[in-house]
Amino acid sequence: MTAVGSYFKIGPARLFVHAAVLLIVIVWLIPTLGIFVSALRDKDQIVVSGWWTSFVGSTQTVAVRLGTADQQQQEGAAYVISGNVLEGQTGRSVKAFGNRVQQPAAFKAGETADLGDGETLQINGDGSYRYMKNAAFSPDERPRRIYASVSAPPEFTMQNYKTVLTGEGIGQSFINSLTVTIPATIIPILIAAFAAYALSWMEFPGRGLLIALVVGLIVVPLQMSLIPLLRLYNEIGTMLGQPSKTYPGIWMAHTAFGMPLAIYLLRAYIAGLPKEIIESARVDGASDFEIFVRIVLPLSFPALASFAIFQFLWVWNDLLVAMVFLGTDKDHLVLTGSLNALLGSRGGNWEILTASAFVTIIVPLLVFFGLQRYLVRGLLAGSVKGG
Amino acid sequence: MLSQIVSALAVVVVAVFACSAYFYFSNKILDLALPVKDGDIRAASRNLNRRALVRPWLFVGPALFLLIVYLVYPVVATFILSFYDRAGEQFVGVANYKWALGDREFRQSIFNNILWLAVVPAACTFFGLVIAVMTDRIWWGNIAKSIVFMPMAISFVGASVIWKFIYEYRGGNDVQIGLLNAIVQTFGGTPEVWISVPFWNNFFLMVILIWIQTGFAMVILSAALRGIPEETIEAAVIDGANGWQIFWRIMVPQVWGSIAVVWTTITILVLKVFDIVLTMTNGQWQSMVLANLMFNWLFRGGGDSGRSAVIAIIIMLAVTPIMVWNVRRANRELKGH
Repeated sequence: MTAVGSYFKIGPARLFVHAAVLLIVIVWLIPTLGIFVSALRDKDQIVVSGWWTSFVGSTQTVAVRLGTADQQQQEGAAYVISGNVLEGQTGRSVKAFGNRVQQPAAFKAGETADLGDGETLQINGDGSYRYMKNAAFSPDERPRRIYASVSAPPEFTMQNYKTVLTGEGIGQSFINSLTVTIPATIIPILIAAFAAYALSWMEFPGRGLLIALVVGLIVVPLQMSLIPLLRLYNEIGTMLGQPSKTYPGIWMAHTAFGMPLAIYLLRAYIAGLPKEIIESARVDGASDFEIFVRIVLPLSFPALASFAIFQFLWVWNDLLVAMVFLGTDKDHLVLTGSLNALLGSRGGNWEILTASAFVTIIVPLLVFFGLQRYLVRGLLAGSVKGG
Repeated sequence: MLSQIVSALAVVVVAVFACSAYFYFSNKILDLALPVKDGDIRAASRNLNRRALVRPWLFVGPALFLLIVYLVYPVVATFILSFYDRAGEQFVGVANYKWALGDREFRQSIFNNILWLAVVPAACTFFGLVIAVMTDRIWWGNIAKSIVFMPMAISFVGASVIWKFIYEYRGGNDVQIGLLNAIVQTFGGTPEVWISVPFWNNFFLMVILIWIQTGFAMVILSAALRGIPEETIEAAVIDGANGWQIFWRIMVPQVWGSIAVVWTTITILVLKVFDIVLTMTNGQWQSMVLANLMFNWLFRGGGDSGRSAVIAIIIMLAVTPIMVWNVRRANRELKGH
């Protein structure tokens, strides 16, 4: 506990802090929670009630037709049609009912409603009803239409996931995303680590200039690269008689775009390794390649891991680079791309959108929560030092 | 599906292997070409020197190649292209720049970008700092931090879907399934199609980026706050300073450097923001920003490389001061080593 901490432990300020943080956490969590819950709901329920009501069950207004005249039975002077409006549905109950669409909940369940013309209707909570008339129901009459508010218990389903994984191309995109992401995470680490080692421990002319270049390039907006690279790719593609939008093409692009930050972060770490280890290895006759592979690489594991997470998240979540360098055809479309396409084509189908969104964010979230410690370490290595 | 997984795995292995092979064999060849073991000592020491001359470039070579081809060359090429016509063949002087100045959509984008730049970095830094200060004081602070940090892992497209659902609007007497409209309705307001309200829709889009980036600011600033010497704060407490004074007069000045880093990083991010606008509005209802305008011109009607190059140059100009500042800071740091 720091001194700052102990200061805040005094007085009512402490209670306020707890309440404020709780509020923030809720605000930050709710948006994501919304899609997680919705993706598990029945698609008809998503559109009739807010997802936040799904835990307590939903209430829907349904139209039902009562039985026909041939079901009527005489009871004394009255004729009765009886049955159940929830026929074949389990777990549901009737809260209220009505005979006009404007007032679908005019009467409470169990109440006897006077429908005029000597007709009365009683619907109980379990759905059973008694429809009475003081004269016989005529066979010519159409069965009567009434409205009921039916409450359903919380219901969850995996159907939406099945639909998007098989029908909407999300499964295919998932594989595409992995194909893009894995090499685009590993290759830049290797290349950047070698460069970072050279920039930290090898003497050569132009080293200072190179470091300045790397730092400067960190901020170059990606947009700058699009037009010239697109032309370059097209030219090379024509030259080789190959399509210009290929997986190796996007791996190179992601590798290059992640490079400045990778070298910067890894250099900060590798330069900080103890001088004695590297120098004594040199004295023992180890070449720089051996020193790098046998000593520096194993020692740099924390920095490599933190950059790997960064690059993984960045590549997995990227849309722009994939759209430009990989294209939007079915065989190449990455997850973010297909989610974006679904937003355009299935904008109102929230069961599709929420389930797809969940599929796209589950992998980064798992990586994130599994390796958060390394991610934070990597962030701090680059940003706080000397700040 | 299975065959695709297998072939994907195969390319992955080949790609990674090829990359490792480069480093292994290039170093091997260098060692074989310039032997130091046998022969006379003079030749050996000469070879050793030559090795030392070549080897660094084997190490930085691939990185340097990628940096130059993918980042340095494009900056120059884009600049040159900005003076050419839509196909990039005819020199047109500053015509594209003139077009930009006169174009309504371009001015709208500049205005919106300035709005984004004014709000998002400030909001993220402010919330990040406040949350960092508060979560450092409580026992469940780390859990709270994880939750605030979590959106960092979510793609901008995913985040857009998440927030589009919150802003969802239902017409007529339908039940509102969007959280925002449901809340508005509960408090007696009228539901709106939030993302199509000109001017204000910018803010609804900004909220998404703030939601994503506050966690980043929080992590950096939280680490900086921990670096404040305890004595300073103890002294202030003894002198009778209240929490507010401690925060503004002691904590904020001490973490000023980190605040600058966070602010800068998010500023760069805002200039590049593309996915959110594309997925939420695609620039409709006056929500266009430079990055999206550039993308549009890149592909609109067969593409206009001149005009999109101009827009890219404008974005580049905006980050240049930050770039210079970054390099200077890094140089200072290196000399201090």
